[in-house]
Amino acid sequence: MAPVAPRSGDVIFASVERVNAELFTLTYGAIVRQLITDLEEVEEVNKQLDQMGYNIGIRLIDEFLAKSNVSRCVDFKETAEVIAKVGFKMFLGVTASVTNWDAEGTCCSLILEDNPLVDFVELPDTCQGLYYCNILSGVVRGALEMVSMKTEVTWLRDMLRGDDAFELQVKLLKQVPEEYPYKDDE
Amino acid sequence: SKGMQFFGGSEISPSPPAPTASGNNAHMMYVFNRNGICLLYREWNRPHRTLSAQQDHKLMFGLLFSLKSLTAKMDPTSSDCKFSLIIVRLGLVGIWELESIARLFELLYASRNGGGDGEVNCKGDSQGNVRHFAFLTWFLAEKGNLGVPQLPGQGCSFHSFRTNTYKLSFMETPSGIKIILVTHPRAGDLREPLKYIYNLYVEYVVKNPLYTPGTPIKCELFNTTLDQYVRGLG
Repeated sequence: MAPVAPRSGDVIFASVERVNAELFTLTYGAIVRQLITDLEEVEEVNKQLDQMGYNIGIRLIDEFLAKSNVSRCVDFKETAEVIAKVGFKMFLGVTASVTNWDAEGTCCSLILEDNPLVDFVELPDTCQGLYYCNILSGVVRGALEMVSMKTEVTWLRDMLRGDDAFELQVKLLKQVPEEYPYKDDE
Repeated sequence: SKGMQFFGGSEISPSPPAPTASGNNAHMMYVFNRNGICLLYREWNRPHRTLSAQQDHKLMFGLLFSLKSLTAKMDPTSSDCKFSLIIVRLGLVGIWELESIARLFELLYASRNGGGDGEVNCKGDSQGNVRHFAFLTWFLAEKGNLGVPQLPGQGCSFHSFRTNTYKLSFMETPSGIKIILVTHPRAGDLREPLKYIYNLYVEYVVKNPLYTPGTPIKCELFNTTLDQYVRGLG
């Protein structure tokens, strides 16, 4: 039986159940607003968004694998391409581009021209230092951890802070292979 | 601009494959995560049980872990196939009997050490087998060439084995979720049904906010949907 080919981001995006884009944007905005009110410190809000993203990412990976049919990526370059072209498209409806590879191929940038989270958003002066889209960095980190990759994900450019694009740097720290989990031979 | 996007009902894809034979012929199912935790054990037809649930799960996980390493090492298309001679010596008949596996591993260990022929004492009782097998699995994982840790989904992977009384079908995702379905021996290729079950897992378990990832699954809706689907499998 021939293996099923991986599905493209567009195809999956078209076939999954989706929600109104404005509802998504406004709901996310309400969450960030509430976090700012509850936590007051912008750094705390950044951390909380990252943690929420991580909790989403560890579940999202299974949906991604189930719907996209991708098999394990051969190297980190392929991983980054799959995240940008299939992952982002499938869940956010936008594709990202992959650039700025380092010499070893363990660090790259995902550039988002279009970001549904930030429609209608302007950051006030009281929110200096806020990474509004920090949930995305958590999602990428959480998802990659479930496929044995420990990564560090940070924002290099943020349009809400005046830059011209959203640039997310993904750095592969190490691959963690599966080990036999039982310690005793009972 | 994006505009309003409303979409139709979700579809679990692939859609359930047509049953190849009638009747409820699946015996049991296991779901493990990457840490060896048994997330789910379902039983539909298992008249004989000799091990406790915990031992049974550990044995199953250990078996799969070892089989994955073994099949990867046996791959004739890979550069490292020094164990294929020994397989020919033992013959493939009965290789999935517990004693034969133990014997095979013993020989592989002995050959790896350049040494002679180890004696294998496989006691007839199930306790002995479990201990011996668990020891071998641990041994290979810790010490043997066969225990080289692999990333889930990497390299050559097996998807089923068949004995005269049952067939065991296996699927592993790159996220380390392992789904095992034990059916009657005449069952066909169950790779598509296993993928469908993975989709059920995503829809009913992963997306359930009351479920904590990494813990045993206690979602009634998942269980009933699964039972219904498995009943239709050949």
